[in-house]
Amino acid sequence: MTSVIHLRDVVALLGGFPALTGVDLDVSAGELVALVGANGAGKTTVLRLCAGLVPVASGTAQVLGEDLGRNARAVRSRVGLLGPSGGLYDELTASDNLRFFARASRVDLTDVERAAERFGITGRIGATPVGRLSTGQRRRVALASLVARRAELWLLDEPHAGLDAEGRDLLDSVVRSAVAAGATVVIASHDLDRTEGLGCRHVTLAGGSVTHGGDHAA
Amino acid sequence: MLRDAWLVAGKDLRMEVRTRVGLGQVVPFAVLVLVLFGFALDPDRGILEAATPGLFWVTVLFAAVLGVQRAYAVESAEGVRDALRLSSLSAPGVFLGKTLAIAVQLVAVEVALGVGVVILYGADPGGWVLLVGSALPATAGIAAAGSLYGVLAVGLRVRETLLPLLLLPVLAPVLLAATRAFEAALDGSPADGWPWAGLLALFAVVYVGCGIGLYGTVLEES
Repeated sequence: MTSVIHLRDVVALLGGFPALTGVDLDVSAGELVALVGANGAGKTTVLRLCAGLVPVASGTAQVLGEDLGRNARAVRSRVGLLGPSGGLYDELTASDNLRFFARASRVDLTDVERAAERFGITGRIGATPVGRLSTGQRRRVALASLVARRAELWLLDEPHAGLDAEGRDLLDSVVRSAVAAGATVVIASHDLDRTEGLGCRHVTLAGGSVTHGGDHAA
Repeated sequence: MLRDAWLVAGKDLRMEVRTRVGLGQVVPFAVLVLVLFGFALDPDRGILEAATPGLFWVTVLFAAVLGVQRAYAVESAEGVRDALRLSSLSAPGVFLGKTLAIAVQLVAVEVALGVGVVILYGADPGGWVLLVGSALPATAGIAAAGSLYGVLAVGLRVRETLLPLLLLPVLAPVLLAATRAFEAALDGSPADGWPWAGLLALFAVVYVGCGIGLYGTVLEES
């Protein structure tokens, strides 16, 4: 199978301190992988590194065929990252946020409208500044933006956090649809029930490195 | 690049229209500073009139610092910079968009201050062509330098205090040239002011050029 993520002995520094201390990880196209581990294990840093947002200090890091050490920017437009805060402007309405990031990412506005409808970002919610939305509603706006982006690689950081039961089920269905459509999904999560329910391959991190499940044979 | 600039400027100005921080806080702040200068110097009207150009531009610089801080505070929210870096926006486009939005808000401040110095300080805006001709490049230069230094400070916890320290020395030449141009315009000798306006245009070109060239690197490193 085509390798989407190939990390070998990857070290990454945050503020001069090692956040990743020799990570080995392989993810193939169309796989669903969950990164698990305690807080501070390095899950978020692995996701941000794979998105081309954290520089590789040493080691080999290839994502979507691009060498992150040489050309991290080439990866960015091909991945979708859902961070804990969603990366939205509080002062703009939900609809304005969706339209801005769609135009900024060269996404068709009809795809955005479809995603907004799917996540219930219409009517009053769509016209409300994001800063006044609940955590779950913000999450839905961020997910709608992610879905519209049609990324090849989805990197989701605690995606179920803040969502109600209906929202969690909707998220799971969206993730399954994305994988069925050929996307690769990596989820950092503490919610093992959810990730097992999704059928994820589990990769365990501790102290900035992978301790279990980093390659397919594990 | 221009498409990205319009997109970013439109976003920033839309946020300003919704929150009215510029009109509701920065413009009143600038007018208040003008009034306070008036109180301080009123006993000697001659000094106040002579100092009007300098007071005007010092006040504009104070307002610019606030405007730049506001423009980049919205970008410092968690995850927003990641979202911008993951988008397809070009760094020069983002720089030009931020610069344009800051410049538009500065023009609003300058108009309010202009009315203020006419009413409070008794300034005569007879040489309005030179006033406008020097204010526009000065505004562009201030906005461009503010945009570049704003992104430099955005990732720092001490950005509120660091930004003025970084920005004001860089803008000192703009303050000097703009003050000289305004002095000439208000004294009724515009011919003396046009060389300063030309210098302001040069500053604007240099600051905008530096911003276009450096913004991407600074955005990545900040």
